[in-house]
Amino acid sequence: MTVLEEAARREAPPQTPRRTRRWTGWVLPVYTWLVIIYLVLPIMVMIAFGFNDTKSRLNLTWQGLTFHWYRDVFSNAALSAAFRNTLLIAVLTTAVATVLGTMLGLALGRYRFRGQGGVDLLIFAAISAPELVLGTALLSMFITLRVPRGFLTILVAHIMFCVSFVAVTVRARMAGFDVSLEEAAQDLGADPWTTFRKVTLPLIFPGIMAGALLAFALSIDDYIITSFVNGQTETFPIWVFGATRQGVPPQVNVMGTLLFLTGVGLAVANVVALRRRKL
Amino acid sequence: MSARPRAGRKLAPYLLVLPGGLWLAAFFLIPTVVMLSLSLQSGSVEEGFRLTWRVSTYTDAISLYHTQLVRSLTYSAVVTGLALVVAYPMAYWIAFHGGSRKSSYLFLILLPFFVSFVIRTVSWQFILSDQGIVLGPLKSLGLLAEDFHLLATSAAVIGGLTYNFLPFMVLPLYVSLERIYPTLVEAASDLYASKAQGFLRVILPLSLPGVFAGVLLTFVPAAADFVNATILGGPGTTMIGNVIQTEYLTNLDYPLASALSFTLMAALLIGVFAYARALGTEEVLEVSAA
Repeated sequence: MTVLEEAARREAPPQTPRRTRRWTGWVLPVYTWLVIIYLVLPIMVMIAFGFNDTKSRLNLTWQGLTFHWYRDVFSNAALSAAFRNTLLIAVLTTAVATVLGTMLGLALGRYRFRGQGGVDLLIFAAISAPELVLGTALLSMFITLRVPRGFLTILVAHIMFCVSFVAVTVRARMAGFDVSLEEAAQDLGADPWTTFRKVTLPLIFPGIMAGALLAFALSIDDYIITSFVNGQTETFPIWVFGATRQGVPPQVNVMGTLLFLTGVGLAVANVVALRRRKL
Repeated sequence: MSARPRAGRKLAPYLLVLPGGLWLAAFFLIPTVVMLSLSLQSGSVEEGFRLTWRVSTYTDAISLYHTQLVRSLTYSAVVTGLALVVAYPMAYWIAFHGGSRKSSYLFLILLPFFVSFVIRTVSWQFILSDQGIVLGPLKSLGLLAEDFHLLATSAAVIGGLTYNFLPFMVLPLYVSLERIYPTLVEAASDLYASKAQGFLRVILPLSLPGVFAGVLLTFVPAAADFVNATILGGPGTTMIGNVIQTEYLTNLDYPLASALSFTLMAALLIGVFAYARALGTEEVLEVSAA
């Protein structure tokens, strides 16, 4: 099938349903929307209870609308410190993991080399191993080497589990990569670095952006691995998990909402930017 | 082409792989070996640990905690089954009838990922609480007994796990279904296949890679999770992850903890690789990554 036919298939209007499909016409869309509501429900609850005018730390029943918690979002010192740690770790993790992961993805997608199977297997194992195992293995090593646990060990762990995801994302982008473009640049006298900057990088850039966003999201969200290597340092998810026993204060809902909106905003911006490039 | 870039080209992949590869080796591969070694040591935190090849730690670990291990695998199997049943019709409808709004639907399915895993689970704790927004009204209407509760039951833990890992099931299913050319289904119907036959003999087999990837992406993290069991569960729903966390961080029994963790990893990895072999890692990774 040629590219044009493929495009035509995708552009083609959906077939008109036959008479015989009386119930299937609405059952599946209604079902899909119900599942989507189920998926979104906890998010709505989180956002709503950030506006709850609760007097105590217990944020369980609706007491009326307030914007108080948005004003006082950083009034809890320990929670704010944890939130700051999370953001700082996520930014640093994204920077390092994106560079290392892009290099891995480039090597795997662009070249054929000895030991490629081994690297592939290592990445596959790192992605498919449960977080619990990644966390406990690192903890075992830190215990054995008597490494003090804290901010740095969290950072090291986050970079470790993000690198493989970035690598896979970038490699997926390399799938349709046309090597002759690079060769053309070199034939026209570009040195390898210029070729990379002017030809390769722009072509794989969407993959790198997607990988970076994924790394940022994974790092911000991580609880399980962090819980084994954090020592006394708290991150946002660690603090929230610790607070579940006494009740989670509304500031957590506010921070969760702000993170949610930032994430959605970034993702939408990325999609819009991609569409622009295509036009 | 000049000789220089060609020489560089031979070295280039190795230079590119080196930093990331070393990072993974130093903080994933070697730690796993250290964990295996730690599980074969004996001693205490005060006196230090020495490698004594004490294999009996493994038999101790399993005889002590087989209940939690079996419970984790059972929960995870139920969760994977539920997620598959919930996700398939949805992925099918979006792939074949989503039209131009396919990516919008996918975006909605991905929305939970923009909220922290722990907060999502706390949200469910809140929704399911004894006098919460679901049980409260039902109780005041007299439809449920006053002492009816969902939290601290297996149902709550399984429900929470299913919720948290559902998108991991939907996405690979969608990717594999979306790849199927509708013309194939038309061909089947031209050859007098009924709707059901067309589904069972054309669509279902072609979507199996997605089913495999989805099962993998759901089963492994669900079996090793302890966040849902802690927040939504009770004493009767402890999973192996809870045990491992307690042994490492509270009881400081490192050999026992590493033995448990290693057993879990071995069990899951053997399953994963058997799975991937039946299918080829490329395809599983490809579908999972896409």
